[in-house]
Amino acid sequence: MRVKDRGLVDRRQSVSFRFDGNTYRGHPGDTLASALLANDIRLVARSFKYHRPRGILTASSEEPNALVTIGTGPATDPNVRATVQEIYDGFEARSQNAWPSLALDVMSVNDLAAPFLGAGFYYKTFMWPRAFWEKLYEPVIRKAAGLGALAKDKDDDHYEKAYAFCDVLVIGAGPAGLMAAWTAAQAGVQVILADEDSIMGGRLNAETHEVEGQPGADWAAGIVAKLAAMDNVRLMRRTTVTGAYDGGTFGALERVSHHVATVPAGGVKETFWRIVAKRSVLAAGAIERHIAFENNDRPGIMAAGAVRAYLNRWGVAPGKAVTVFANNDDAHRTAMDMQDAGVHVAAVVDSRKDAKAFGDYKLIAGGLVNGTAGRGGLNAISIQTGAGQEKIATDCLAVSGGWNPTIHLTCHMNGRPRWNADLISFVPTPGAIPGMETAGACNGAFSTSQCFAEGIAAARTSLEALGLKAPEVALPDTENTEYVVEPIWAVPGKGRAWLDFQNDVSVKDVRQAAKENFTSVEHMKRYTTQGMATDQGKNSNVTALALLADATGRGIPETGTTTFRPPYSPVALAALGAGAQGAGFAPERKTTSHVATVDAGAPMIAAGLWYRPSYFPQDGEKNWRQSCDREVGFVRDAVGVCDVSTLGKIDIQGPDAAKLLDFVYVNMFSTLKEGRVRYGLMLREDGFVMDDGTTARLAANHYVMTTTTAAAGQVMRHLEFATQALHPEWDVRIVSVTEQWAQFAVAGPQSRALLNGLLDSPIDNDTWPFMSCGPVRVLGVAGRLFRISFSGEHAYEIAVPARYGDSLFRLLVARAKETGGGAYGMEALNVLRLEKGFITHAEIDGRVTAGDIGMERMMSQKKDFIGKTMAARPGLVEEGRAQLVGLKPIGPVKQLTAGAHIYADGAEPVRAHDQGYVTSVGFSPTLGHFIGLGFVRDGLIRKGEVLNMVDHVRGIQTRVELCEPVFFDPDGGRTRD
Amino acid sequence: MTELIAQTPLYGAVPRTIGQTTMTEVDLGWLTSISPYAGRVPAAGAALKAAHGMAWPSAGRMTGKDGARAIWFGRDMVLLAGPEPSHDLAEHAALTDQTDAWTTVQLSGDGAEDVLARLVPVDLAAANFKRGHTARTQVQHMNGSVTRLGADSFLIMVFRSMAGTMLHDMERAMASVAARG
Repeated sequence: MRVKDRGLVDRRQSVSFRFDGNTYRGHPGDTLASALLANDIRLVARSFKYHRPRGILTASSEEPNALVTIGTGPATDPNVRATVQEIYDGFEARSQNAWPSLALDVMSVNDLAAPFLGAGFYYKTFMWPRAFWEKLYEPVIRKAAGLGALAKDKDDDHYEKAYAFCDVLVIGAGPAGLMAAWTAAQAGVQVILADEDSIMGGRLNAETHEVEGQPGADWAAGIVAKLAAMDNVRLMRRTTVTGAYDGGTFGALERVSHHVATVPAGGVKETFWRIVAKRSVLAAGAIERHIAFENNDRPGIMAAGAVRAYLNRWGVAPGKAVTVFANNDDAHRTAMDMQDAGVHVAAVVDSRKDAKAFGDYKLIAGGLVNGTAGRGGLNAISIQTGAGQEKIATDCLAVSGGWNPTIHLTCHMNGRPRWNADLISFVPTPGAIPGMETAGACNGAFSTSQCFAEGIAAARTSLEALGLKAPEVALPDTENTEYVVEPIWAVPGKGRAWLDFQNDVSVKDVRQAAKENFTSVEHMKRYTTQGMATDQGKNSNVTALALLADATGRGIPETGTTTFRPPYSPVALAALGAGAQGAGFAPERKTTSHVATVDAGAPMIAAGLWYRPSYFPQDGEKNWRQSCDREVGFVRDAVGVCDVSTLGKIDIQGPDAAKLLDFVYVNMFSTLKEGRVRYGLMLREDGFVMDDGTTARLAANHYVMTTTTAAAGQVMRHLEFATQALHPEWDVRIVSVTEQWAQFAVAGPQSRALLNGLLDSPIDNDTWPFMSCGPVRVLGVAGRLFRISFSGEHAYEIAVPARYGDSLFRLLVARAKETGGGAYGMEALNVLRLEKGFITHAEIDGRVTAGDIGMERMMSQKKDFIGKTMAARPGLVEEGRAQLVGLKPIGPVKQLTAGAHIYADGAEPVRAHDQGYVTSVGFSPTLGHFIGLGFVRDGLIRKGEVLNMVDHVRGIQTRVELCEPVFFDPDGGRTRD
Repeated sequence: MTELIAQTPLYGAVPRTIGQTTMTEVDLGWLTSISPYAGRVPAAGAALKAAHGMAWPSAGRMTGKDGARAIWFGRDMVLLAGPEPSHDLAEHAALTDQTDAWTTVQLSGDGAEDVLARLVPVDLAAANFKRGHTARTQVQHMNGSVTRLGADSFLIMVFRSMAGTMLHDMERAMASVAARG
């Protein structure tokens, strides 16, 4: 219920929202949690495993219970914490993990079976039969246990990633963070202050402490306003710093639009920031820990600090008769604040025998809450007192087992926290994150005054580390109460006392783990699943390991903590993968002929990042094979045009250019004459083939190298390595010119005639013989012409500056059509090269040697080259290696398939009889049958043998004859004439 | 008479204005990569100064002015943008024509820094990345070049073939910044 004159919500305005189909009202500034509590809704969720009724436990991002689903259809967001989600007019949320409804959840039958479902139950029960786990057990368990469900549709919401940089990053805008940011800002450095809340101020907004004579919240608002007005300060609200990484880099998730009804056009839901900070101050505060006692998870049982927060921040009393159960003085403030607000306080139960009351309320010193009652919500508690059992009617029990500093980020780079026996909690180890200071409650400083002082000190240390003079900043006047606490982890009792509310882990489970010798904290965690839910055990870790320490007879520091890993709180994959949806997945590289090609109806296929045409369909063609056969015919009979701009082109210049080429290719390039082109083969350092291509010598010290499309980047990197690391003394310069030139293959008997219609100076066989190159003018534009052939025909590649690519492509295709030719795509290109036995990366897949592809003799004996020594290793030259062969079908089955394996004829097609495999196949319209390339053991000397090709995947068996890989025009006459 | 028609990488798809930011395709003129041979940076620098008027830029810097700029372009490499390169330079450096290799846009307006903060993993704040500062860096998933031209304007270059992706990524970032108001 709402309480008069309390809270920071805007009472003048009212917003309407829906939860599980019912309409309620709240105020701007409410979270879903505060608004539900204001409407006296206590049951908001069902637990993960046993489907126990659960309410709101906390007032912040560590909330383990109150997870809801918002949005519908593709925009569904499951597992949204009601304590973080702000409401707006028209907001709607649904409970999850309950059927048919939250109040009547049939899966709560699980809870009755709980005696059988304890720690290790799955491990012990579902061991056998083994295959059943994946098929039966796991799906059933997953269906019963669970969180919210994702929509199966594509998410249309936008998310983004962004970068930010600063001198000092302050994480958390509570009293320590505000003072740290204020102090750092005075020095003029770039400051980022990030806080996960919508209003900065942290606990100053949740307590009634005064600062400088003002209410804490007012003072916080004042200093935030001053910071906002400074040019060197950037305030990031609703931004959770989720991880600390190398080099002062932090991940941070900004919830940009979750708090508004409609995301503005073009806007994003969340931004995942990568913040690079020279120094950082962690002021993340602390999380109140629960106490384990029987049925301590009923709706209405909450963290004591959260109960105060709902009252002071949101003007909501979570109950009509509040009780407090604590082991420290701090929690008594809940009783006092409630009384001040006119809410009845039934009792304060303090486990300490010497506890004293700070106000006029009933104190049960030395009492322990050991039972609760109330179906669907708390209505009474049982207390064990010195005199016996006492029962008190209450609908809200505010529990505090002390505070755990929020040390998580300090552990993200494998730092381990230290145990502070006075505070009974872990505190950060200084220096755990390079450049990070810790301040305030996350450092174990729990009074407001201490927080201010530590914030100032942390900022001053940071500034000094930056080499700056730290300004003097006055310490604001405020409370400085000592934190007095005495340990209590679990109240003795028979029933189930819950630790990890998200994964339904009880005290018994931890003890059971210890009993079964899972005594390491990491083993206990995995055995019980404690801390493995989406809250990562924020609410239960320390208590669980304290109980484990007790059960194993060790101290807490010796038991240690599990590892805190990023992210601090859940981050949607949509945010982590932002920018990579659809067209953003990877750059799309498009050739200059792309528009004309797509206009011609060509289906595009990806070749690395490039898009290339598969084939150019014509009217009447029913399948790609018809188009492909026709396009092969263009090249064999007339002239075909194909965009080959995607091949890597590298400009190599300098006095030592020839040396470099001799060094990276197996064959000689220093002897290549100017104006000529040579085919080259390149090895990796380990002696295997890396790439092949042609290199043209344009001038004495000027070459242009061509790589395959697939390996362009790899070859460039290889050349950079050779020139920077292997021979930095060589005077040679390399630069990619792939993007500069639009280059087209013009192939076929009519190719020269076609070109002569476009070149300013016509060419003939004497001036441009096979493997010649040089500058030309194409309709007045300076270009380059290479007489090379990947089809076995009389062919050229013509290159012009890319701006003319679109125009030249259209012109070439139009001219080709006039002579019975036209454009051809990758399918035809593949068949043409197969007919000639030319290799691609289907053959040189990184596992083959020059010898395997029959190019052993290309390896020069007269010089050293990269890979030469390693290529001579025994394993790379011995008999029995798979070698390149041509394959043709000779039996009744005529089909060849790439990926099929080859077996001895008549032998059973099993691994032991494997002789090799097929790498490329195609139907050759020129020859009228399928042809293929493959690798067969000692294949180079087995031509003429008949073997059996078996494709186990497609169920095809074809008898094949091994033959020369060159199927067509073996003496190459067509290329040269 | 048949002639070849020149196209820009973005086919005239820009300028685009979203919110406070405008992206315009830019024709910088000739683009020539200049890689001085061993020990020839001073000589190449002198030739550059003599022929084109601007100093040889140090790493991460741009020299010259509108119409004739020299942009540091990586290890031992400067991109001359504007004039056709003097033959005198060829004596000291490998020159390579890159005029058609790059998609070049100018991003201007109040939100330019915020837009680039969504694409470029480099601190482009005016305090650290002043006018004439340049970086070879990433533009979303693309390798590129980013240079500050003025208080609220940047020159961005990516491979020509990636023009469409550049347009897509920039528009997304511009829309997101605009939506924040």
